[in-house]
Amino acid sequence: MTILVVAEHENGAVAPATLNTVAAAAKIGGDIHVLVAGQNVGGVAESAAKIAGVAKVLVADNAAYAHALPENVAPLLVELAKGYSHVLAPATTNGKNILPRVAALLDVDQISEIISVESADTFKRPIYAGNAIATVQSSAAVKVITVRTTGFDAVAAEGGSAAVEAVAAAHDAGKSAFVGEELAKSDRPELTAAKIVVSGGRGMGNGDNFKHLYALADKLGAAVGASRAAVDAGFVPNDMQVGQTGKIVAPQLYIAVGISGAIQHLAGMKDSKVIVAINKDEEAPIFQVADYGLVADLFEAVPELEKLV
Amino acid sequence: MKVLVAVKRVVDYNVKVRVKADNSGVDLANVKMSMNPFCEIAVEEAVRLKEKGVASEIVVVAIGPTAAQEQLRTALALGADRAILVEAADELNSLAVAKALKAVVDKEQPQLVILGKQAIDSDNNQTGQMLAALTGYAQGTFASKVEVAGDKVNVTREIDGGLQTVALSLPAIVTTDLRLNEPRYASLPNIMKAKKKPLETVTPDALGVSLASTNKTLKVEAPAARSAGIKVKSVAELVEKLKNEAKVI
Repeated sequence: MTILVVAEHENGAVAPATLNTVAAAAKIGGDIHVLVAGQNVGGVAESAAKIAGVAKVLVADNAAYAHALPENVAPLLVELAKGYSHVLAPATTNGKNILPRVAALLDVDQISEIISVESADTFKRPIYAGNAIATVQSSAAVKVITVRTTGFDAVAAEGGSAAVEAVAAAHDAGKSAFVGEELAKSDRPELTAAKIVVSGGRGMGNGDNFKHLYALADKLGAAVGASRAAVDAGFVPNDMQVGQTGKIVAPQLYIAVGISGAIQHLAGMKDSKVIVAINKDEEAPIFQVADYGLVADLFEAVPELEKLV
Repeated sequence: MKVLVAVKRVVDYNVKVRVKADNSGVDLANVKMSMNPFCEIAVEEAVRLKEKGVASEIVVVAIGPTAAQEQLRTALALGADRAILVEAADELNSLAVAKALKAVVDKEQPQLVILGKQAIDSDNNQTGQMLAALTGYAQGTFASKVEVAGDKVNVTREIDGGLQTVALSLPAIVTTDLRLNEPRYASLPNIMKAKKKPLETVTPDALGVSLASTNKTLKVEAPAARSAGIKVKSVAELVEKLKNEAKVI
């Protein structure tokens, strides 16, 4: 068995999600190859070669693969997939965008967002917003899988010495073009990788009040997240949303401030190790999953918390 | 241009589902069913395109049990012109649904196909991408803005770090994210009118589609329950617990 892992990368570096995906591949067992597709990705390939447990790195460096357009990257993966038993990608927006296209071209079903590996063909994944866990078996010749990164501990980014091999294939479907992007700037840790996450909901009242959470987060070295209500109300940008339709996080500590705890929000954070809820409504559903609950006005509790930690 | 919208009948998003005692699945007997929320956004976007004069006809399609007619009628009440039900009893995997949709696309020849980004029951997030693969069309997934300009559609997508805009050649596939629009409610007169709109029923066999799958669900379990937490009385007590008991700060 040989497993192909599609690397997630940004700004010329391997993204942490790749390390969790390699960990899932290691649980399946077999040789692990990593594909780095993009433009000017030589540096990414070099750092991918250092990931512990990786046997080979394939580099597809071509203008057509810049910005990971699925119309161009999927045919590349289909061409490469034939030599592999499994194709894995992290369940990031890129992974979710590209892999189902690959699966359909290979005429196999995909398994989305696995959280555990039971055997080489059997995996567990959450359904119904995490309210049920399905065990799914695949009979496909090539198993196409996205990996929920919070389900697997990252492998070491250093220590490996894989061979780097260039892939000549250039697929340009000519059906799509990158126009532009608008990336949210943040100096805080990345939400999905942070050890501590502080999230605000509708109870924050307005966007300006999030400054209380930023101050607390900076003191804790935490990332700041939000509920859908806070995003829809325009308090914060949507890439901060935690939940079924936003990001899935599983930090050591999750502090939910002014968040009621709807099913869709819980789907994104209930695997956190310790959950703290600060809410003035003692009936709020968030208290049913919180390890520590504080019934209090967040505008008093959060500044006080910031002082004490 | 013609717009095709796919909708799915799913358990209502407010229902807290229960896993069956025999671990064969989730208990859906006597549970409220609705149109998948992302599909509502897809229908709304199609109706807005029609209101802008971009779309000339909206065809809505569902693949599922006879009861999925209810969701198709809802879409008709929201402004779709006609509906197609591909009747299939079993719970289908995404590839089978994508193949059935491909057959409908071949027949209807829409310029734009709009789907939700994921169904809230299976949480797969696959069908739109698979349909794009099978038809060979470009895909604009997780769309928060859709602008048709000539023979192209510009789609702004919600990606992990922010927003990305791509230009796709038509025909194309778009899947909706939550912030694309705010779906409207169906008015009573429109619900009455929707009953008279055409709804065609076909079988997968008639479309020449195989519903076979390479995935098999072995069992469905309830997630591990969290142990009950405690309520603290003050911020000082909270900090003390986090430092000394949970040891997370």
